[in-house]
Amino acid sequence: MDRMPSWVRQHIAALRALLVLTVVTGVIYPLLATGVAQALFNDKANGSLVQKDGKVVGSALIGQSFTDAEGNPVKKYFQSRPSAAGDGYDPTSTAASNLGPEDIIDTPDRKSLLTQVCARSRTVGELEGVSGARPYCTPDGLGAVLKVLPDRAASVNQACPATPFIATYQGLQVECARPGEDYSAGRTVPIRGNVTTVAVPPDAITASGSGLDPDISVAYAELQAPRVARERGLPLDRVKALIAEHTTGRALGFMGEPAVNVLELNLALDRS
Amino acid sequence: MSPTLAGILFIASLLLALALCHKPLGDYMYRVYTGTRHNAVERVIYRLLGVQPDSEQRWGVYARSVLAFSIVSILFLYALQRLQSHLFLALGMEPVEPALAWNIAVSFATNTNWQAYSGESTMGHLVQTAGLAVQNFVSAAVGMAVAIALVRGFSRKKTHTLGNFWVDLVRGTIRILLPIAFVAALVLVAGGVIQTFADHSTWTTLTGGRQTFTPGAVASQEAIKDLGTNGGGFFNVNSAHPFENPTSWTNWFEIFLLLVIAFCLPRTFGRMVGDNRQGYAIVAVMGVIAMISVGLTNWAELSAGGTVPQAIGAALEGREARFGTSNSAMFASATTLTSTGAVDSFHDSYTALGGGMLIFNMLLGEVAPGGVGSGLYGMLILAVITVFVAGLMVGRTPEYLGKKIGAREIKLASLYFLVTPVLVLVGTAVAMGTEVGRSAMLNSGPHGLSEILYAYTSASNNNGSAFAGVSANTVFHNTTLGLCMAFGRFVPIVLALALAGSLAQQAPVPASVGTLPTHRPQFVGLVVGVTIILVALTFLPALALGPLAEGIR
Repeated sequence: MDRMPSWVRQHIAALRALLVLTVVTGVIYPLLATGVAQALFNDKANGSLVQKDGKVVGSALIGQSFTDAEGNPVKKYFQSRPSAAGDGYDPTSTAASNLGPEDIIDTPDRKSLLTQVCARSRTVGELEGVSGARPYCTPDGLGAVLKVLPDRAASVNQACPATPFIATYQGLQVECARPGEDYSAGRTVPIRGNVTTVAVPPDAITASGSGLDPDISVAYAELQAPRVARERGLPLDRVKALIAEHTTGRALGFMGEPAVNVLELNLALDRS
Repeated sequence: MSPTLAGILFIASLLLALALCHKPLGDYMYRVYTGTRHNAVERVIYRLLGVQPDSEQRWGVYARSVLAFSIVSILFLYALQRLQSHLFLALGMEPVEPALAWNIAVSFATNTNWQAYSGESTMGHLVQTAGLAVQNFVSAAVGMAVAIALVRGFSRKKTHTLGNFWVDLVRGTIRILLPIAFVAALVLVAGGVIQTFADHSTWTTLTGGRQTFTPGAVASQEAIKDLGTNGGGFFNVNSAHPFENPTSWTNWFEIFLLLVIAFCLPRTFGRMVGDNRQGYAIVAVMGVIAMISVGLTNWAELSAGGTVPQAIGAALEGREARFGTSNSAMFASATTLTSTGAVDSFHDSYTALGGGMLIFNMLLGEVAPGGVGSGLYGMLILAVITVFVAGLMVGRTPEYLGKKIGAREIKLASLYFLVTPVLVLVGTAVAMGTEVGRSAMLNSGPHGLSEILYAYTSASNNNGSAFAGVSANTVFHNTTLGLCMAFGRFVPIVLALALAGSLAQQAPVPASVGTLPTHRPQFVGLVVGVTIILVALTFLPALALGPLAEGIR
């Protein structure tokens, strides 16, 4: 080996180092960790699976859609948050929406984040029998955004023949958006409106980071409680007690946010 | 308890935990890198490597060893991905496409862990554990080795040698990373992180849908992903995935892991140069910058500026319910202040100014506290630049830790500083100037530019997080971002080692009344100022077109 040029020797040493460290950190370490984890925390190491009637129906950590084949909410179940993972809660294609804070104008290809939020708020409001109104949303559940040109203004997310959410803006007539027309030269003006109280909580209308969020906020659970109680013929207090039972508070009192595990709550409802 | 108070306690408890670890872990690492004894396992490893552990290397040999090890790592990882379907434990995954495989190989070997792929649908067990996770260990150990070599440049006198790379690599891996990662992996499993080599399985959900269980040795990889400031998620959604980060306290623990080594290395530095106060000054600079950044990011996120967050009533798009807005912002700050790049929430959906702060954190060069090792050597370079600036003001030849900062030293430090701006700005400009580059944007307008700027900032600084709406899995982006990662890692490393070599040869100059003391709050303030001003001057125009244009009305 001493007769080889030094750069060759260096690369051979490097390869040997990589192979040895691969065995240590890539084979021994994960196998040892798996062995100990399986022995000490068998249930958790294998995914915290939960069963119903002896059959695995999910993981306590992975959220599910509680919708029927058409995608409509099954009303006797608490509903999860919106999800951007595949067609919703697909563990093989986890994803967030990745849409930004000023994504407010719909395009022919996709709905803007603002319109998605407004539409969800409206749908949830209808399902739970409360107002779905929010700032920056039109009554028909679209983003309330104007494109203002020198001589006119258009409500860009409301395609004709819709009635614009306001009639005039600074003296200009507001039109509905004519399909195919290019409004990009106009000034973008989102309109806040005068909504003061919002009934639908934020987590009910936003997609999570993972697309697999197993939890909802306590506020969203409480919003859904009357509907679930009605559908199941249970007293509201009983449902509220179950919510409290399946709420995880902040760890040590200050870490994270209180959250309600939806799958476990629904399983508890099915049992009661 | 109000969410804001809970968020403040969350940050304060992390600070407290880091402060408690600073001395013991810093001292332990000092003993690891300065000890003269080799334990039995290490002696076997050195024999297998065919190296003489007690032989010392000049800076050139040290640098060539780093490069040789990294090149071999890249080739090995590339081959493993291309051949995965022919090997065992592949879970039926196809070979990874060439451009993507190059990108991933460079990404993991440079401690970047930029991910243009989705782990659960691209990688089998073998590539994850024997390829990616191994690089999580060794790329972190390489970073620490280079930092220690630079510190030796300051602490040694009249010598040509900086230590032995192979010894530093092996000791960093075996004595520091491996034991902490092992314990951390078990803590994570106790919280619900999975650790299994099982195959995929499916179940029928309560309402009749189908879901697939995505298995993996996640905890063992998660532990080193955070500890080694790597950040490459086992799954596409990284630490937002409930199997990677199931609870609010595992979230705290992961943030702690990704900060702990980088915040303790200044203690090691202080011990090695024989003056603990120098280490405290460096950690104070890191702490001050980090606290300003964490505070501003939390403020931006909790005030939920921007049309959509205002419509929602909170910056909650892309956040997990169990973490909430404030703790997500803390994770995001920590991951960009270090070179980690793991995410527990999706930065693309952050408020304009919150997202802008994350870009700024990376543009600082990831020095507060930075990646394991890379944070310390980056900060020491900034300290060198600071004494130079201070020297200019009073017209004296600057000194740092008794070493003269002459023409050669300041040239190396300046070149080091200039690498990132060149890569970030040229990379972003090239991408924005080409149709194929622009087509990766998901969002339009200033936010689209932020996506591209974020991508090249993240790659060039070896961070690895993303405004993840960007569709970077194209031949163009895989290639250019791969080049940014490689140059952004290895050019600074060579320059830092060259600087170390030149410092080690000097005889120390005795301190005089004219010497700028480098352990006092005055110096801490100077370094903070120089760092922020240099970075702000360099990048303000680019930031003005992206996050600032979007966030300021």
